[in-house]
Amino acid sequence: MSQIPFAPDVFTWPSERPQLIGGRCGRCGTTTFPMQSSCPRCGDLGMEQVLLPRTGTLWTWTTQEFLPKEPYASGETQETFRPFAIGLVQLGDEVRVEGRLTVSDPAEISFGMELELVVFPFRAEEDGTEVMSYAFRPLS
Amino acid sequence: MDNVAIIGVGIHPFGRFGAKSAIEMGAEAVRGALADAGIEWKQVQFAFGGSREVDNPDAVVGLLGLTGIPFMDVYNGCATAATALELTADGIRSGKYDIGVAVGMDKHDPGAFTADPVHYGAPPWYGEIGHFLTTKFFGMKINRYMHDHGISHRTLARVAAKNYRNGVINPNAFRRKPLSEEAILGSRMLNYPLTNYMFCSPDEGAAAVVLCRADLAHRYTSAPVYLRATTLRTRSYGAHEVHASWAAVEQAEAPTVYASRAAYEAAGIGPEDVDVIQLQDTDAGAEIIHMAENGFCADGDQEKLLAEGATEIGGRLPVNTDGGLIANGEPIGASGLRQVHELVLQLRGQAGERQVPGQPRVGYAQLYGAPGTAGVSILTR
Repeated sequence: MSQIPFAPDVFTWPSERPQLIGGRCGRCGTTTFPMQSSCPRCGDLGMEQVLLPRTGTLWTWTTQEFLPKEPYASGETQETFRPFAIGLVQLGDEVRVEGRLTVSDPAEISFGMELELVVFPFRAEEDGTEVMSYAFRPLS
Repeated sequence: MDNVAIIGVGIHPFGRFGAKSAIEMGAEAVRGALADAGIEWKQVQFAFGGSREVDNPDAVVGLLGLTGIPFMDVYNGCATAATALELTADGIRSGKYDIGVAVGMDKHDPGAFTADPVHYGAPPWYGEIGHFLTTKFFGMKINRYMHDHGISHRTLARVAAKNYRNGVINPNAFRRKPLSEEAILGSRMLNYPLTNYMFCSPDEGAAAVVLCRADLAHRYTSAPVYLRATTLRTRSYGAHEVHASWAAVEQAEAPTVYASRAAYEAAGIGPEDVDVIQLQDTDAGAEIIHMAENGFCADGDQEKLLAEGATEIGGRLPVNTDGGLIANGEPIGASGLRQVHELVLQLRGQAGERQVPGQPRVGYAQLYGAPGTAGVSILTR
């Protein structure tokens, strides 16, 4: 079965140890996720792609317990929707990124918990192709 | 800066109104404001109209009278109404006009807002994978705030229950039923720690104000309210704001903090002088955070202040006396002018059952919205 990322240049795939792909400003060193065409801090156009650390700590989080409206495109319906948790995860000292967590029960989530990046099948196309997205999984 | 006065306020109730158009509601709000000011539409020299859903709020002229005046349309997220107010005030401050109208109107579909995330500067895939939700941002922001500053779930419920109680005595509110703290805490969890009844709903409505040169105000009213400051700020590097796929490790203060400081400075007034307060309560957590961001308390003091009832109509820091967004819902273009409508009634002593005791002199209004824009207005009588 083939697997494709939901968009190019968001994470390395296929990969045993996937990483998010960010941008770094050549002038002031600011890191963004994803890559963008100019620096949000100094406006410089010299942004370069950079691979972000695979692990990080949970800065804050919430749950998503209702089915998002379009453009949400998981293929889920009101009946099949499975709530998920989403966090803001600090990767090293570089940047904090938003990402879904692989756990959704608040009892399993704590501030500062250590997490690693994983890639998971987000939805299936009609021909069976799996569209892959990224998430963070607790390390312990 | 006593150079702009509010001489009239009008509102179309907030809620759900079937097939009635936002433009019809906007026209009613303007007629209300004109009647309150005791003037006719033909005396108005210019106007700003704010809306998210209506492409041309200026189409209200087709219902009010085609007088040919300049009428400018604005949209600035949840700070749209503060923007219309600031620009109208600036038209008078600049000396170009003597008398103008700011009006806001909207008519939203039920449920959380959505759009193409690209139009918010977010990545194209941001919505596809389920990140493009304002409610998620507010859940994340208050969750961390509660962790850092010892705010309880009960305090979230106290904020919502207070706003529903205030809505009961506001004939223009959308939600007019009291809800117990238990019912609020027990309603469906939407974005932890925020439950269904802790959120405002997008809805329908309109509000309008008539502004004029302060030195002319006594021609129209014996009780002018002065617009002492209007400020708008966007986010600085380091702020974590709505619809952001990432945030810097180095943290900056939220745009509200900057807008608030600038407004106090412009008005020559401090938070200790404010008698009646309107804050953006997109959710109960936002009201708590905004109390501190606008200088009304230190981070964490909200736990005690809410328990004591300090933010009730009779408390020492009355917040959202008309029920705020939680009881009124949020027609984006109108929301901030609804805040000003309530403050003007309070400062004139015309707020009826909702009247803050002690003849309040200073009113304060704050808006916050995507993608990190804040607006603050300070009014005095």
